Amino acid sequence: MKFTALIERDLRLAYRRRGELATPVIFFVIVTALFPLALNPDPALLRTLAPGVIWVAALLAVLIGQDSLFKTDYEDGSLELMLLSPITLEWIVLLRVFTHWLVTGLPLVILSLLIALLLDYPMQAVGALILSLFLGTPILSFLGAVGASLTVGLRRGVMLLPILVLPLTVPVLIFGAAAAGRAAVGDPVAAPLYFLGAMLMLAITLAPFAIAAGLRISLES
Amino acid sequence: MFVWFHKLASPPFFYRFADKLAPWLGWMSLLVILAGLYGGLWLSPPDYQQGDGFRIIYVHVPSAWISMMAYMVMATAAAIGLIWRMKLAHAVSAAAAPLGASFTFLALVTGSLWGKPMWGTYWVWDARLTSELILLFLYLGYIALNHAFEDRRTGDRASAILAIVGAVNVPIIHFSVNWWNTLHQGPTVFFGPKAEMPPSMYIPLFIMMFGFMLFFAAFMLKRLQVEVLQRERNTAWVRDLVGQP
Repeated sequence: MKFTALIERDLRLAYRRRGELATPVIFFVIVTALFPLALNPDPALLRTLAPGVIWVAALLAVLIGQDSLFKTDYEDGSLELMLLSPITLEWIVLLRVFTHWLVTGLPLVILSLLIALLLDYPMQAVGALILSLFLGTPILSFLGAVGASLTVGLRRGVMLLPILVLPLTVPVLIFGAAAAGRAAVGDPVAAPLYFLGAMLMLAITLAPFAIAAGLRISLES
Repeated sequence: MFVWFHKLASPPFFYRFADKLAPWLGWMSLLVILAGLYGGLWLSPPDYQQGDGFRIIYVHVPSAWISMMAYMVMATAAAIGLIWRMKLAHAVSAAAAPLGASFTFLALVTGSLWGKPMWGTYWVWDARLTSELILLFLYLGYIALNHAFEDRRTGDRASAILAIVGAVNVPIIHFSVNWWNTLHQGPTVFFGPKAEMPPSMYIPLFIMMFGFMLFFAAFMLKRLQVEVLQRERNTAWVRDLVGQP
């Protein structure tokens, strides 16, 4: 009951500032569109680069989007009330990251279909690309949330967050881009997808504790 | 013993203790490193494939080893500082980070100097090189976060969380990068019937590793003294020490 109320609040707030939430997705689309301009529009080249380009752009878009995760609640004091509420903070942040992914990560995963088309990514492999992003972007959301919880009280947190979190996202990038890249040339993709799934489970179980601890420190100061 | 250990956590006691110990460790590290260099550069034979070029391992391997050890020191101290709220433990983390980053950098530089004649290029995207590079980024992230807060204690505790999250992540990063690409020469067997290295090569290497560890310990203590002085700059004992009213 209380949990649904929390999700409902987050979704309603997200709906009311939908313009702000759309920015990571727009960023994703624009960044991927820059690559053909910078390299050259040869379809064969774009096809080989597509998995990496899509994955790096998704990674950056998700991380930049996480900056807003706790910002407004920190500024208006809601976060302190959440800390005092009878529901443990770990549950609250888990739900928050989940709803935030629902409104920023999921649209990005769906839009990657369009980007795949633009970059001439083979259409028969697009299922694996979508699945890799579907499993991978929530992990990035959790890692980004760890960074967001630590930098929420800082003014220059926007630039700091990617510096803190990017090295930690390397495994996600490797397995995600490997799944998408292997699918494109018709290789089996089970292994990297399994790894992504395992890391997602690890992120769901461990990250909320780190995020909650980070928020407690940020609120104390 | 326990009481002594407890006292060590008190900044003024620690400061005086480090003041006495650090020079000893420093001079010892110099002697050990000189002995190791003599063994490595004069006594050990050239490698049958790599000639004299292999001798850079006497700097490269200890640096890489210390770079990883420093991260473990940093993360362990961060956890201790968070759990028991020990001020000195946070100072240990903050002091270990720049040292660890320097050794990581040294390992990368010596590795790439060795790579030019052996692999024909300064840099390849090999698994271990990449892991080491990511380790450098982890250090830089930690240092950036530690200095981002106006309040020193918040910075300490926030970066402690980051260090712990990083420590959980390091094995995953290492494994994933290995899975991705490997070119680095495999681990060398030191002992037993399959030994790939004669004692004249590995003994200087171990001496160098020991010397680097002493060097790390000595500089850790020196850096810690500075950290302690900075953190305690408003206390009476520091004022006494620097002779300011």
